[in-house]
Amino acid sequence: MTKLALEVAHLSKRFGGLPATKDVSISVMPGERRLIIGPNGAGKTTLFNLITGDLSADAGSVRLFGQELMGMPTQQRVHLGLARTYQILTLFPRERLVHNVVLSLLGLDRRRWNSWSILTANRDLYANARAALERVGLGEAAECIVAETSYGERRRLELAMALAQKPRLLLLDEPLAGLSQAERQRIRALLDAIPRDVTIVMIEHDMDTALAFAERITVLHYGEVIVEGTRAEVVADPRTREVYLGD
Amino acid sequence: MTRGGLVALAFCALVLLAVPWIIGNEFYVNMASQVLIYALFALSINMMLGYGGMVSLGHAGYLGIAGYACILATVAGYDQVTAAIFAIALSTMAAAFFGVLSLRAPGLGFIMITLALGQIVWGVAYRANDLTGGDNGIRHPARPMPFGFDIRDAPSFYYFTLVVFVVALFFIWRFSRSAFGVSLMGARDQPRRMRMLGHNVWLIRWITFVMAGFWASVAGVLYVYYNLFLSPHAISLQQSAEILLMAILGGSSTLAGPIVGAAIITLVKNVVSTYVERWNTLLGLIFVVVIMFMPYGLVPGCTQAWRRLRNRVKTGKAAGSAASELAQ
Repeated sequence: MTKLALEVAHLSKRFGGLPATKDVSISVMPGERRLIIGPNGAGKTTLFNLITGDLSADAGSVRLFGQELMGMPTQQRVHLGLARTYQILTLFPRERLVHNVVLSLLGLDRRRWNSWSILTANRDLYANARAALERVGLGEAAECIVAETSYGERRRLELAMALAQKPRLLLLDEPLAGLSQAERQRIRALLDAIPRDVTIVMIEHDMDTALAFAERITVLHYGEVIVEGTRAEVVADPRTREVYLGD
Repeated sequence: MTRGGLVALAFCALVLLAVPWIIGNEFYVNMASQVLIYALFALSINMMLGYGGMVSLGHAGYLGIAGYACILATVAGYDQVTAAIFAIALSTMAAAFFGVLSLRAPGLGFIMITLALGQIVWGVAYRANDLTGGDNGIRHPARPMPFGFDIRDAPSFYYFTLVVFVVALFFIWRFSRSAFGVSLMGARDQPRRMRMLGHNVWLIRWITFVMAGFWASVAGVLYVYYNLFLSPHAISLQQSAEILLMAILGGSSTLAGPIVGAAIITLVKNVVSTYVERWNTLLGLIFVVVIMFMPYGLVPGCTQAWRRLRNRVKTGKAAGSAASELAQ
């Protein structure tokens, strides 16, 4: 049996008295495209934060390709092949685009500890960063300052930074949020082009894109998994309708 | 580096080399040595402040540990090189320990812990009469003879300080442009994102803390060589705050800022104070005015003003030539 790419088991997290994640168990196969949906406040982003280690869980376990992540600091999880994008853009706004991607590449490069060599002399790093930007259609904008680019370009930069690390598991937190129709198409094409050795778990509200993209869907509601299954199963399930449309 | 930058650098180097000839007066040559020593303090604190966004109020602690260690080792009969290495090593180790304690808390907590640690060093220096001479301070026997050179007179001590300063400046310049320095700045702006990119933010900050402690210790040993004396007054909270102010006044986002800040504060303190009784007020005034009109400090403020002026001249010229073309 192949190891699961992501195995979340009985994960729980409370904020004070408020349970944000209640006994959540999710299994994602390698290469799978998984969609997580649910109304606002369902605990989707919290779940991501628990997987990445931004938040520490109260109970349960998270395994990445069989390796237990609980208790491990975020950066170590990243070194095991975990990457994510943020719903709220988290970039270095005063820096050039290429610099943002270089910081991403440095995160997995031993040279990040070098306090003597001039960074810009590492031509291979910059070439790789430019190639990563090229892949998301930002090759031309590589030398622009992030603050001077459009929102859509920044969304693609987020994606380029995550993909540059060649992750095994990629968590996408609303990659289409706030984008125009044209930009959505672009991102959709980019997502489709990601090779199958990258497993993807995505939170998204844009149902057209999300449903077309995902193979399996998990519905969260008040921190609990209420429905899980294939596209058709979830869409047909009355509980899904209940959550989204009310009784 | 651009040609203009190289010319400016060569000019600065020439001026620094010629300082003893230009001013001649021993009092002012000594002042120049002091400026260099404080500039090194300010540069070292700025590794944390400017690049790492970590505000420390205990930086004078390293002056204390390195300074007392150097004096005590020399008095105990060790040669100057051994004493200096021992002092710097001990003080850097203290920085490693202080770093572990301080970095437990971010932001305000960090400031308060560094403040407390600096005050502990001061308190120990003040109370440990047998070791440090308490309030009376303790004398350093004599200036060393590095590689057989006599650095007892003002100009040769200035050159000795200049050599150490230039080496430190070079290291810190490389640091600021290195992968590590760039990661440090990333950790300052977006710590959470940096973790998610695989960077160990805590370790980056700790290493920076230790490096800053190392260069402050070097400055501390120079301080003792210059003054040949150390007392708790030299390592008080005021000293830590002054070093911090130097970096902020000159501009913590630049390499040159802390040097300019150190020069201004040291000169006002020592030179202006002989003419003006209320030099402290003057210093405060300078600080308020600079921060009001140049919130990022003198060096970034002046660079910006210079750029704006040049642009205005350029666009003025362009407008003028366009007008003359129209006239034709």
